[in-house]
Amino acid sequence: MLHTVNKSPFERNALDACLTRAAKGSAILLYEDAVYAATKGTNVASRVSQATQAFKVFVLGPDLRARGFDEAQVLDGITVIGYDEFVDLTVEHGTVNAWL
Amino acid sequence: MQFGILVNEGPYNHQASDSAYQFVKAALGKGHKIFRVFFYYDGVNNANKLTEPPSDDRNITKRWSELGKAHGLDLVVCVAAALRRGIKDEVLADGFRISGLGQLIEAGVHSDRLIVFGD
Amino acid sequence: MSTDENSSGVVKKFMYVNRKAPYGTIYALEVLEMVLISAAFDQDVHLAFVDDGVYQIKKGQDTKGVEMKNFSPTYRALDGYDIEKLYVEKESLDERGIAASDLMVPVEIIDRAAMTALIDSMDVVLSG
Repeated sequence: MLHTVNKSPFERNALDACLTRAAKGSAILLYEDAVYAATKGTNVASRVSQATQAFKVFVLGPDLRARGFDEAQVLDGITVIGYDEFVDLTVEHGTVNAWL
Repeated sequence: MQFGILVNEGPYNHQASDSAYQFVKAALGKGHKIFRVFFYYDGVNNANKLTEPPSDDRNITKRWSELGKAHGLDLVVCVAAALRRGIKDEVLADGFRISGLGQLIEAGVHSDRLIVFGD
Repeated sequence: MSTDENSSGVVKKFMYVNRKAPYGTIYALEVLEMVLISAAFDQDVHLAFVDDGVYQIKKGQDTKGVEMKNFSPTYRALDGYDIEKLYVEKESLDERGIAASDLMVPVEIIDRAAMTALIDSMDVVLSG
């Protein structure tokens, strides 16, 4: 299963809702305002880093760059992808669950 | 692979419609098929042809119409959600059609993947 | 629309994940409209209530004072549409101080681990 999260972890609980209910080994894509969860130095960084052990975590590059961040500011263990790879993820991981 | 797309939010207020558009474009570019794009909740506002954004910004409604035309996309607006929000045939942009919620369920049944974009 | 028209033989496991409270936004009401329509398609429909979604089925909703439509009776009508797979996450209830007896419909209360497994087994997941 591919889980998508599109909300900042500082405003909404979507990331937490996803991390606590995604089956181990699932893929998680952070996009739109959820890209902030993928950046270094936040107070959720350790939680997100830990999540990369249990899940395959991705962040959408175009959303990241739109918000003034680049690849260098992304936590280790998170893969930066584009829309093409977003499509590939949905193909590879079966059902998609959007945590809105 | 065949995709169903659900857009839950209106244009501009949320990025949902933009993300859905980019996803659809990428999927088509990779040779996938789009079974249907369904607009629900405030997403029905994406079909309003009276939309007139400033000229230096993207025109979300027009962009959907054009992509729809270029690729023969089935752009469906939920009738119940649309009536609630004043979206009727009179204001419907090119390429969109108004139909029942069953069209969404059908997209879920017949697509290989249903991708939801919302808030 | 008749069931025959809609059944192409494909039966998928559909899940509606309800994570939002009623009235403050329209999502709960319009999800319910999706749920009712899906009954006509002979699909294997599941409803999950997690996080604030559990507030949707809190007993005793009275909307007279806010002059909004009280759509909560619809949850009680779901079994008439053969939609009987309603799951509530125990942790979500506990976090909000809500007891099973506060809920207006019969549901299966499962813990977060079981909810995780249930969600993971679905073919189509819809959220609003």
